[in-house]
Amino acid sequence: MTTVRSAGLPIHIRGVRRAFDNGVVALDGLDLDVPAGQFIAILGPSGCGKSTLLRLAAGLDKPQSGSIAVGGAGRGHKPGRADLAYVFQDAHLLPWRNVLNNVALPLELLHVGRRQRAECSRRAIERVGLADAANRYPNQLSGGMKMRVSLARAMVTEPKLLLMDEPFAALDEITRHKLDEQLRGLWSAAEMTVVFVTHSTSEAVFLADRAVVLSRRPGRIVEDHPIDLPAERVSELRGTSAFARETRVLYEALERGGN
Amino acid sequence: MRAWGRILPPAIAFVVGALMLEMAVRWSGVPSYLLPRPSAVCQTLVDDGSELLAALWTTAREALIGFALSAIAGVLIALLLSSARWVQRAFYPYAVFFQTVPIIAIAPLLVIWFRFDLAVIVCAFIVSLFPMIANTLSGLLSTDPALRDLFRLYGAGRLSTMWKLRLPSAVPNILTGLRISGGLAVIGAIVGEFIAGGGLGSVVDEARTQQRTDKVFAAVLLASVLGLALFGLINLMSWLTLRRWHASEQD
Repeated sequence: MTTVRSAGLPIHIRGVRRAFDNGVVALDGLDLDVPAGQFIAILGPSGCGKSTLLRLAAGLDKPQSGSIAVGGAGRGHKPGRADLAYVFQDAHLLPWRNVLNNVALPLELLHVGRRQRAECSRRAIERVGLADAANRYPNQLSGGMKMRVSLARAMVTEPKLLLMDEPFAALDEITRHKLDEQLRGLWSAAEMTVVFVTHSTSEAVFLADRAVVLSRRPGRIVEDHPIDLPAERVSELRGTSAFARETRVLYEALERGGN
Repeated sequence: MRAWGRILPPAIAFVVGALMLEMAVRWSGVPSYLLPRPSAVCQTLVDDGSELLAALWTTAREALIGFALSAIAGVLIALLLSSARWVQRAFYPYAVFFQTVPIIAIAPLLVIWFRFDLAVIVCAFIVSLFPMIANTLSGLLSTDPALRDLFRLYGAGRLSTMWKLRLPSAVPNILTGLRISGGLAVIGAIVGEFIAGGGLGSVVDEARTQQRTDKVFAAVLLASVLGLALFGLINLMSWLTLRRWHASEQD
């Protein structure tokens, strides 16, 4: 059962090839369509081109051949800068700014007025449960809190496409589970497409509606699997047999892909 | 209380060291024109107090002006060098020139070109410029690539990336540059004064010709106090700016 909603930006990837100067071919002829509003997880061994895929979708990198279109070609609206957001593996906050001003950064770079900036940032901080920490500096925060600031910074523009590159990989398991639940909640409340790159099969199953497993470099799709779980993801779900079954499918696909 | 904990140990070490030197010089019978007793140096500091203080003031003013100029010019030059790879390739070798130039050899030229006190300022400037450029540049060039991507993603221009990302990231490096340059500016000023005259440099030069080693020591002592005061001032600045966010200023 794949939940597809009208809001958010779709992605259309056709025959994308990206090779680097050192001869490494990250992607070669990849096709992938992500409907608007979908929460898709991308799994694969290290160096299979997952991050390259995200950078291409974000427009931070260009393919040598093939096309990558965010937003409907022709119909729908073209993405603006405020429609895209990117979350890295580490929080990457500006250490000289407090939480509030870190979260306000995207709005500042997009020339949003001061009043509206403060208002939107406060709301974004509240949504990730950090209202009390608004005036603290990054080095006074735990790893999990920093990641939540990073998430708030990404959400502050109310993006239509959220690209996440193994965002919680460096956190301990309990913190990661909490953040997974929070992220799923944010996605349900917002109208956006999420592309979530991860190493963890259980994280992919818990979060996503659809999981795509890539092979070793150059990455091609080994498995394109709809996650058959209720839309409401609660932590009890992790103990169910359905959860274990879905995880197993992805695990086997990873093994087939040469992990 | 914590301030005393920092100041007291080196102060005690200084006094104990001076006392030991005092006794060593007295008992060994080394003539005072070779190595003056610390007490004699203290006496000179009192006797020639007004002359020494006036010289200290001259040197301090020249060193500080040279230092301030090199701090500003160093940061500006580093900003220019970091603006494009080719600019850096073309001009960085000439920045290294300031590091390698034998200041004592070109000081006479500077005296010919400029007024005397201006020549001293230029000496201090030249000697303290390169550490500012090199440190600031390495800070500007080592910005977190992920943050650069983030700025690109939101369409930030060169100027706003420089002002909101590169320059703040380089602040710890700039402060390191200031620490090194501050001490060098004092040295540069005194070298300049050896040639151009005036300030502690002249006092040392004249006292040397008169075999007044006590006065040489007194002047050298004041010069180091000047360097230390500058260093302390920069450390205070560093603490004020970095205490909230940089590991180097947190216990």
